[in-house]
Formats: sequence, structure tokens, C-alpha cells
Amino acid sequence: MTFLTWIVLIGTSLLGSVAGVLGCFAVLRRRALVGDLLSHAALPGLCLAFLVLGQRHFGGMLFGAFCTGLAGVGLVTLVCRWTRTKEDAAVGIVLSTFFGAGIVLSSVIQNQEGGGAKAGLESYIYGQAAGMVLQDVLWIAMVSAAALVVVVLLFKEFKVLSFDPAFARTQGWPTLALDLAMMGTLALVTVTGLPAVGVVLMAAMLILPGATARFWTERLGPMLVLSGILGAAPGTIGTLLSAGVVAGWLGFDPLAFGPTATNLPTGPLIVLSGTALFLFSVLFAPRRGAVARLWAAARLRSTTARENLLRTLYELSEPRLPDRPAIAVEQLLTHRAWRAWQARWLVRWMSWLGLVERTPEGARLSESGLGKARGLVRTHRLWERFLIERADIAPDHVDRDADMIEHLLGREIVDALEERLAAQGGPRDAVPQSPHEIRRTKDEGRMSKDK
Amino acid sequence: MPPPPLEIHDMTVAYHRKPVLWDIDLTVPEGSLVGIVGPNGAGKSTALISVLGLIPLASGRVEIYGKPYARQRHQVGYVPQRESVDWDFPVTAMDVVLMGTYGRLGWIRRPGAAERHAARLCLAQVGMEAQADRQIRQLSGGQQQRVFLARALAQDARIYFMDEPFAGVDASTEQAIVRLLQALRDGGKTVIVVHHDLQTVADYFDHVILLNMRLIASGPTATTFTHENLHKAYGGRLTILDEAAEAVRRGPAP
Repeated sequence: MTFLTWIVLIGTSLLGSVAGVLGCFAVLRRRALVGDLLSHAALPGLCLAFLVLGQRHFGGMLFGAFCTGLAGVGLVTLVCRWTRTKEDAAVGIVLSTFFGAGIVLSSVIQNQEGGGAKAGLESYIYGQAAGMVLQDVLWIAMVSAAALVVVVLLFKEFKVLSFDPAFARTQGWPTLALDLAMMGTLALVTVTGLPAVGVVLMAAMLILPGATARFWTERLGPMLVLSGILGAAPGTIGTLLSAGVVAGWLGFDPLAFGPTATNLPTGPLIVLSGTALFLFSVLFAPRRGAVARLWAAARLRSTTARENLLRTLYELSEPRLPDRPAIAVEQLLTHRAWRAWQARWLVRWMSWLGLVERTPEGARLSESGLGKARGLVRTHRLWERFLIERADIAPDHVDRDADMIEHLLGREIVDALEERLAAQGGPRDAVPQSPHEIRRTKDEGRMSKDK
Repeated sequence: MPPPPLEIHDMTVAYHRKPVLWDIDLTVPEGSLVGIVGPNGAGKSTALISVLGLIPLASGRVEIYGKPYARQRHQVGYVPQRESVDWDFPVTAMDVVLMGTYGRLGWIRRPGAAERHAARLCLAQVGMEAQADRQIRQLSGGQQQRVFLARALAQDARIYFMDEPFAGVDASTEQAIVRLLQALRDGGKTVIVVHHDLQTVADYFDHVILLNMRLIASGPTATTFTHENLHKAYGGRLTILDEAAEAVRRGPAP
């Protein structure tokens, strides 16, 4: 890796990291569009600064960008407060107005003699990370350090401001000033990042890491740290891909579509790497991820099916307990909305689990299955009685209502139900009578046995 | 005579120039449990947040223990409406309760062992110790309300303002909250509660403030929560006030 690649790598990673940390607050406060607004509104500031200074001065131009960026944010607030325009519409209007003004100004500059090339304005719109020099990285490092110091010092204040601004105000925090400090820091980071990733992609650098980090943690502190890491990683990956370093390691270029395609721009690759991390989290994060949620839903469905089989077997065997008569599969089908193959498969699975014994006619409960079924039936009936007595649900409707809920009832609730029913002189531990008639085909049990 | 915990003089409040509360004038006695009662849209919550300085007064002034609110913040605890925050925010019940100590801590200092201990005690007072480390979305409505109460307790105040603390909680949580409020009162604190269930007013509160855009009555429950006053508060809004408010909002006729 060349020295220049190292420069770009450090610059983009630092930038991604600090943008990620500050972006968390924007995401959590539902102000994700502020990043977009800031970066677009920065353009006229860049142009004005160039026109005033007459030369390309990094700090000066960033100062101009910072000013118009914040002016844009302020203007949105004013438009929302004084007209009936909603916030999203106001952001759209201000963003495009400022960006339009910026484009006009940049044409003015370009029409000056040799102005366009001198200003390097193109790089602010599309970003040109590969053009980063040591001085830019030093500047980025300074801004990042300052921004992180602000976040670390004001962590507690930013936390209460983001979670409950009204409460923060009653406690005497100057919420407007804190808000300005937060937005100002965000604006500073945004304009610093513009030369590297450009106006359009900067918003993604702010939003993606925070949105990704939220999938993995339930606390603000860890979320900020994680977001910093998740911001740095795409910076690193994107730079390495763009500089062809990855191709060097692999011996081939993973991004080569056809014979000519190399030298892909760094900024878009950074953003796409960030998107890849986001997609990975959407799918695979524990609890919040899609796979985890589908898995939980599938588990609930399978638990439900297994518990229903046990309970149905129990209720069909009930008149002959403690005998455990065999029940025909056909009979199970009259009680449950199962297809024959589902019922057979379920029986096979449960016999593998040792809860059911397969017989030539169908199935019967095993010893341990009986114990488990007893518990399930008890929960079901306790819940039914509760619904009838406390919720005034008709006894002939209660079976289905109980069915939907009982698989989700935890130990605590079942105990509480028992407590209540015991207080009314109901049975403890024993399986209570069903409050409604259980439809059993005539000669149940025996039918399958005699056959 | 020591200054009362809350004194409101001629308070008028307007939203977008439209007055929603006219000329409220009242005093709340120390060590009482006070209910603010009135029909929907009567301005109960507005009255509460105006006193707390969250919206500017069009006129009048508010005094807490004889001084303006801005100088008495450390004496005040606040429980906002439960819907006012995003419960998906990445904080635990403990984190939220710790926020109650932020006012005392001041700038930059973080809550330490002492604050954690205090917050844990507050959680215990509302019966939520076991849920301290849960993210707040995973709590039931009643539990979320208890977390807000615990945060107010952590503020260690002399006067508490609560905006519908019984909204959307089950009967047993409501009882637990009432007992807590009574314990606060018995400990010499003043508790002011926006409340909308007329059935329970006489049981819960010592002092009642009846509002309907203007002050209907304010005083001890026994003498204030009367049929006559209720009829005044709930017997329809004063149309003329509504019309006047609308006229103010529209501004001078062209």
C-alpha cells in the first residue's frame, strides 16, 4: 500500500467514524434528513467563500459551508413555525433552494477565467476521496477530535435532550443551546466530509452507521461506540476496494466488470459498503433482525402445533384416564384444522421426542407426554375459566379465544390465574373440568382399539 | 406565613395566539394531593406545562414557594404524559430513572455509584427493581408509567407535577400509584395531578382544581367537588369564550 492510500484510508475511516457517532443522535431524534439538508445547503456557502476569498482555501470554504448549512437548518425551523408547512416539505423546499443557489453560484465561478478548476467545486458535489492530501487528513483529525470531545463531555445532556426534551427543559437544561451544539457539531463534521464523499453521499455516512448500530444494542452508549466502528469500517473497506488493494491481495479484481473497469470512485464504494453492513444487520441481528424474528415466529408455530397435539390427545383420552388409549389420526383430524400429512408428521416428530407412542391405529400419549399434556390442559382450562368469569366471554366461544393465547402465557401468569381460582375454592394442581363440552366422536378410543 | 408551594396569578395561555386558558388565579396548600379536573380540551395539561415553563404565558405569573419557577427547579419533579416520548429509544428503565438525578449533577458530571443507588431505591419504591435493566419498549404500559414516576422520585423534589399518571394503566397499577402519591403527601410533599376520571376524584384527592378554559373552582375536595361546580365545568363550554378565542387567533378584521 502506498503512502497516499494510507492517507486516504485514515481520512475516510476517521470521517466515517465520527459521522457515525453524531449521526446516531440524528437517527434517534428522527432528524435523519438533517444530514441531507446540511450537505446540500453547504454548497452555496462553499461558492460564496471562494468568491470572497478569490482562491481555494480549505478552512475558509468549510467555514462558508458551515454557515449556510446551519442557515438552512434554521430556515427549516422558521418555515415550520411560521407557516403551516410540515417539516418534511420544508426540508425538501429549503434543501433544493439552497442547492439550486449553489449550482448557480458555481456556474458563475466556472465562467470566470480558469475559476472552475481552481475552485475544485466538482469534488464537493461528487466527492473525491482519492484526492485527499496529508493536510486534509490533519484537518479531519482535528475536527473529529473536537466533535468526539463534545459528545463525550455532553453525553448525559445529549441523552436527556434526545429522549425527553420537555423533561430536560423542566430540569433547567438550556435545550436550545444544547440543540445548537449538537447540530453545529453535526454540521462541522458534514462539511468536513464533503470533499471526500460529496454532497449526495454525505447523508448516508451520517445515517447508515447509526441505523445499523441500533439493530445490535439496546443502550445509547454502546450504540454510539458501535456506530463509530460501523462508520469506520466502510471507510476502510471502500478505500481498499477503490485503491485496488483488495485486488492485490486476492490476485484478481472483485469489482472488475469486463476488462477495463478499475479505478472506481471511493465515496460511492464507502457508502455501498455501509449499505452492505446495514443489510446484513437487517437480516441477521439478534432479536431485531428479520431472520431472528422469522425464526421466533416459526418456533411459536411449531410449539403451538406440538402443544395442540398433546392437548387434543389428552382430551380425547380423558374419559379413560389413567389408561392411555390409542387415538386414530382420523379422529385427530376432526378436532384440529390439520391436513392428514401434517398430523402424521406431527405424530412422528412427537414420538421421536418421546412424548407420543405410535400405534398401528394412530397415536397415544407416552408416560412423559401425559404429564406434559396434563399441564397444558390445566393452563388452557384455567385461562378459559378466567375468560368466562372475568371477561364475560360465552363458554362456547372460549375455547378458541384461549387457544390463541395459551401458548404465550408465561409461568407467572399461570400461577396468578391459579391463585385467583384457588381463592374461589377452585382446584389446585388438579386439572379442572372443562367449562364447555368437549366434542368426542362416539366410542372414542375403543373404536381404534377394536379395529 | 411561609409561601405556598404553588401560586398562580392571572395566568393566560395561548397557542398560536389563540387563548386556551383565561385568567387562572389560584393557590395550592402545602402537603396536599391535588387533582386538576375538567372535560377534554379544558386545558388541564396546558395548565400544567405552562406552570413548568414549557410554553410561554401570554400574561400573568407563576410562583413556586414564592419564587419564579426558573429559580426553583430543584424543588420540582415532573411526570410527563407517557405518549410524549419514543419508547423505542435505546435506554433501560435504570437509565431513565437516572435522568432524574441529572438536574442535581449539573454540567458534564456523570451519575456515579451514589446516583445509581438512589435510582435503584426509586425503582424499588414503584416495584420495578426486577426490570431495571430492561429496554423500555419491553415494559408494559403500567410499568412504563412506573418508570416515569421513579424518575420523578429520583428528582427528590418538594412539589411534583404529574400529567395523567393513570392513563392506560391497569387497576392494580393505579392503586399502587395512588398509594405512592399518598405516601409522598404524608411525607410533606405536594403532588399535583392532571386527572380525568371523575369517579375516583373524591377518593384520591384532598384538593381539587376544576378547569374548563377558565378556573371553575379550586379548594378542598369536600367543598369544591360539588354537583354545582361539576355542572359548571362539564355543562358545555362557554361558546362565547370559544368565539372570542377564535377572533383573537384570526386577528383584526380586514
